[in-house]
Amino acid sequence: MSFQKTMEKNSILLTIVTLIVVSIGGIVEIAPLFYLESTIEKVKGMRPYSPLELAGRNIYIREGCYTCHSQMIRPFRDEAERYGHYSLAAESMYDHPFQWGSKRTGPDLARVGGRYSDEWHVAHMKEPQSVVPESVMPPYAFLASKPLAMDDAAAHLKALRITGVPYTDEMIANAQADLTVQAEADGDYDDLLARYPKAQTRDFDGNPNMLSEMDALIAYLQMLGTLVDFADYDPTADYR
Amino acid sequence: MPTKDEKDTFAAENTTGHEWDGIAEFNNPLPRWWLWIFYATIVWSVGYWVVYPSWPLVQSYLPGVLGQSDRADLATTIAEAKQRQGTYLAKIEASDVSEIVADKELFDFASAGGRSAFGLHCSQCHGSGAAGFVGYPNLADDDWLWGGTLADIQHTIQYGIRSDHDETRSNDMPAFLTDETLDKEQINDVAEYVLALSNSGSDAEAAKRGEPLYAENCASCHGDDGKGLREMGGPRLTDAIWLYGGDKASVVKTISFSRKGVMPAWEDKLDPVTIKQLAVYVHSLGGGE
Repeated sequence: MSFQKTMEKNSILLTIVTLIVVSIGGIVEIAPLFYLESTIEKVKGMRPYSPLELAGRNIYIREGCYTCHSQMIRPFRDEAERYGHYSLAAESMYDHPFQWGSKRTGPDLARVGGRYSDEWHVAHMKEPQSVVPESVMPPYAFLASKPLAMDDAAAHLKALRITGVPYTDEMIANAQADLTVQAEADGDYDDLLARYPKAQTRDFDGNPNMLSEMDALIAYLQMLGTLVDFADYDPTADYR
Repeated sequence: MPTKDEKDTFAAENTTGHEWDGIAEFNNPLPRWWLWIFYATIVWSVGYWVVYPSWPLVQSYLPGVLGQSDRADLATTIAEAKQRQGTYLAKIEASDVSEIVADKELFDFASAGGRSAFGLHCSQCHGSGAAGFVGYPNLADDDWLWGGTLADIQHTIQYGIRSDHDETRSNDMPAFLTDETLDKEQINDVAEYVLALSNSGSDAEAAKRGEPLYAENCASCHGDDGKGLREMGGPRLTDAIWLYGGDKASVVKTISFSRKGVMPAWEDKLDPVTIKQLAVYVHSLGGGE
């Protein structure tokens, strides 16, 4: 009996052979990414998100910001001159899931961190047209009055650790404290900064009496694209 | 219409020969044109492997004979663009902002470049026409908080206002109610006095009571006559230009809780040439001194 006939009449065998064929495609496309030196970029400065940034990121996903904003600057002149250095793969290494996006109704946000003041972000979230008259973005004013509900910060960190984000036991143990201290107007930030270098610490939403969802979202936006130090990044080493 | 018998005859002659439980399989080959295009794409892909980066190998990947790289291409396009602008950019780099303005051709180039950078980095707060919003100053008028000369504007762009840069322009208006320096009634009086300075007050009596309070608490930054002190960044209170609103409620709020607008320092984000171009552009908007 020919191979074809055997396969057509034996569903288990067909499944196994199909699996083998599909795996070959997968192995050829995926496996080299793990061992080829040239596909792994070495950058300095990347660290896991602090709990507050992570909370902001969760709000970003919850509100569907990614449906209008990408976080992926492509290597073209118009993008590089408008948004800054093109995005590196390493910059989303702790993103689960990544927020590259494929739709730009609004601008790319991969390097929005530090570009505007916190006050601007608050005004813009409350009423986007108050600062950008031609904007079609809907208002998110409720974020400012909604207390941040994240009493399971440690669990979030633990879950991410399973996916490969290098959160230490210390980070997980202090997750809840780190979450609140980062948005305090005048807190003791030393431990937080030791765990999360370059974390920005202040009251983000202009209301020091409450840790709001606005605090978290702005904390996240203000750190986007700011971690990698491009001063000692050599682009020619990674030409591809 | 073919009859049922005719159909059966046709079917019997055009099967693949496979048969299960008496059910045969029609032989419907793919259209020739489709098949040949499919084969052609396979042949084309081989050419692609040769020319462009393709197969992963043990140590590296097949780079392709063209050595194509998106990142190298980007570096080339940017370098080409910079080269086209090169003579001007070099001149701007070497010149002082005042020299740029004096040279007509260089000024045209710098203000065009400044305009594009303004749209990118500044318009979000100051508006695309630079007319500002509540809390974000109008840059097209002749009222300047920290000075409107070319050098002043350049300094402000470079180091920001209340930014985290050491050289930043910064002042700190007290929050008179929060700090309990003044009570609500006194704040009302001061507000009336401040409004009276621009002839928009409504309660002359209260304004009179507010005058000594103003002299004691406000004059050191806003000037004895309310015309503002630039070295302190104290806004002029005698005109009709209000950063946070000139109605009484806004003025009371400003005195009670203070206002602290922030402008980032652009030194780390923009190169000196862009900052100079921006200064030239903003200066040319109408209010430059």
